[in-house]
Amino acid sequence: MESEEQKPEEQKPEERIHNFNEVCFGYTKEQAIKEAKRCLQCQLPLCEKGCPAGISIKKFIKHIADEEFDLALKTILEKNSLPGICGRVCPAEEQCKKSCISRPAINIALLERFAADNAEKIAKNIKKTCKKIAVIGSGPAGLACSSDLALMGYEVVVYEALHKPGGVLTYGIPEFRLTKKIVMDEVNYIKKLGVNIKLNSVIGKLFGIDELLKKYDAVFIATGAGLPYFLGIEGENLNNVYSANEFLTRNNLMKAYKFPEYITPVKKSKKTVVIGGGNVAVDAARVAKRLGSDVTIIYRRSRKEMPGRDKEIKHAEEEGIEFRFLANPIKITGKHDVNGIECISMKLTKLDDSGRKIPMPVQGSEFKIACNQVIVAIGQGPNPLIGKTINLNTGKKGNIIADNNYQTSIKNVFAGGDITSGSATVIKAISDGKKAAKIIDEKLKRG
Amino acid sequence: MYKIREKKVLAEKTVMMKIIAPDIAKKAKPGNFVMLRIDEKGERIPLTIADHDLKTITIIFLVVGRTTEDLSKLDEGDYVLDVAGPLGNPIEIKNYGTVVFVAGGLGIAAIYPQLKSLKGSNKIISIIGAKTKELLFLVDEIKENSDETIICTDDGSYGKKGFVTDALKELIEQEQINHIITIGPTIMMKAVSDITKDKNIKTTASINSIMVDGIGMCGSCRVHVNNKIRFACVDGPEFNAHQIDWDELIKRNSKYKEEEHECMYSKDK
Repeated sequence: MESEEQKPEEQKPEERIHNFNEVCFGYTKEQAIKEAKRCLQCQLPLCEKGCPAGISIKKFIKHIADEEFDLALKTILEKNSLPGICGRVCPAEEQCKKSCISRPAINIALLERFAADNAEKIAKNIKKTCKKIAVIGSGPAGLACSSDLALMGYEVVVYEALHKPGGVLTYGIPEFRLTKKIVMDEVNYIKKLGVNIKLNSVIGKLFGIDELLKKYDAVFIATGAGLPYFLGIEGENLNNVYSANEFLTRNNLMKAYKFPEYITPVKKSKKTVVIGGGNVAVDAARVAKRLGSDVTIIYRRSRKEMPGRDKEIKHAEEEGIEFRFLANPIKITGKHDVNGIECISMKLTKLDDSGRKIPMPVQGSEFKIACNQVIVAIGQGPNPLIGKTINLNTGKKGNIIADNNYQTSIKNVFAGGDITSGSATVIKAISDGKKAAKIIDEKLKRG
Repeated sequence: MYKIREKKVLAEKTVMMKIIAPDIAKKAKPGNFVMLRIDEKGERIPLTIADHDLKTITIIFLVVGRTTEDLSKLDEGDYVLDVAGPLGNPIEIKNYGTVVFVAGGLGIAAIYPQLKSLKGSNKIISIIGAKTKELLFLVDEIKENSDETIICTDDGSYGKKGFVTDALKELIEQEQINHIITIGPTIMMKAVSDITKDKNIKTTASINSIMVDGIGMCGSCRVHVNNKIRFACVDGPEFNAHQIDWDELIKRNSKYKEEEHECMYSKDK
């Protein structure tokens, strides 16, 4: 039974910095079976407790070990409609994999990805109810909620403001981490479940929530946290200062890295400084690298506090991206275009309310980095478009306030994902969407 | 997919299209715009909704680069892939008194729905201008909906010779003006703003910064207004002209000049 941990092939750093193809190739059939056979099939599978979607991990891994790939995927799809995405972007090392008692722990996410990529997604027959639900936003929360509601028999219409579905999966996470074909495959599966996705539909402008309530029995708002924060320092509006959202949208959604085959341009700069320490900062840095730039990430805390996923940070390091920790920007310099950034060194002091050490500037430690592009990735807030059109209770940062049951201040209007919590993870949004679907179903059944 | 129902060349390089988009048409208000993408490889560009009926919206565009050129080659019955809107804040419709519209070039299309909505309750004076007679359009429509219309061309081939700003300066001396709305090239709007700032006449400008999504998620269109960062797509596109950092806007709008050129060039190949 025992065999070695299976590691998938990866594109070599020196090759992959010149393309946008996936870094990790995923398991081959043989590797997947070997890895699946390492699973101890625990009586009480702790891994399943660590999965926010509640996938029957033990069962699907057994199916892979038995080479029943279709059954493996079927098992996953019972709980999670987006396995190809979750298998790639979930921080598994902090979830399912963390609780695995095998040593080394089973690569559950890679097995999930294998099943998603190697088996046919078959939509089952669904008994329709006559109730209709509108979902606003086709990001992970909206897709998860709508697929679960469709499986329960509801007629679901998703309204998406952009021209492609997927939210951050499409415009934010780059191709080399999550191929857009996978996203479209999973969206197509959800469509096969009967979900109708209406693109170019900016709710709050095209239709108000009040209008939707006249046509639908319930509304689920999952518009995410897509409003970029800026630093508020001098020089921020110089040319070649991008928000990470803009830089990533141009490249991921509009495919500017294929300019001029694709018409949307993006500046190609020699030296880029990315500000921030989350996954968005790391993604932006790695995209800039692939456009031929030298890249430095500056982060005001230390490596240990970086909220970005460890695996991605390692990938960035392998690709030659420099990190400058304990540094904070104070001014962006240049005339028309950026020519540098002035920073100050930071030191970590006592813990704040969130349990993280507060960084404080070190007097007299200012330094400059010459660069001709700056990407600001210091976080995103909720887009205020919807809040403006209807009297929904919102928090200080513009987030929609919903209770533990995803209920907003308006009857039959629910909200979940980043629009309620501020920017978090894909899997948290998926789990919100799933839980909300269950609660919406219960509420509508009760009447 | 959005079908082009009608197409008309209004002037040299100036094309009008009526696009079937009933949901947008029902909600469109003066001052709103749409984001449009022609096809899978296309970029998203913002275009003002110049008019609408129950089923269609009207866009008017000047052929200035790759996308507008590609768009101009489509015919009645053809489709564009994406149209999203109505976006941006509509103008405030109220009784100002005497309102002067100052528009240049494509700005003429943008003021048209605005002056229609303000006419009756306001005295409307329109100053419209273009480089030459061949580039003027909607002249009759603007005239019909204005109490007074002043037309300028840089070369004097039609109406007054000179810039719209010259005509505005003259008008300010003769007329009590309560409100000015200016739409056109950024340089022109800046010049209008400079004139009216000295005279302390309330002026709004509809700015045209570079947009990607048009729904407030990227900040490409950002500009300092009253020393605060504002996104033109969701906070505007209309702002108090005297508070806009015009030099910054001009600088930002020239950002992709080389790429815009490369894009045309790669097509010729």
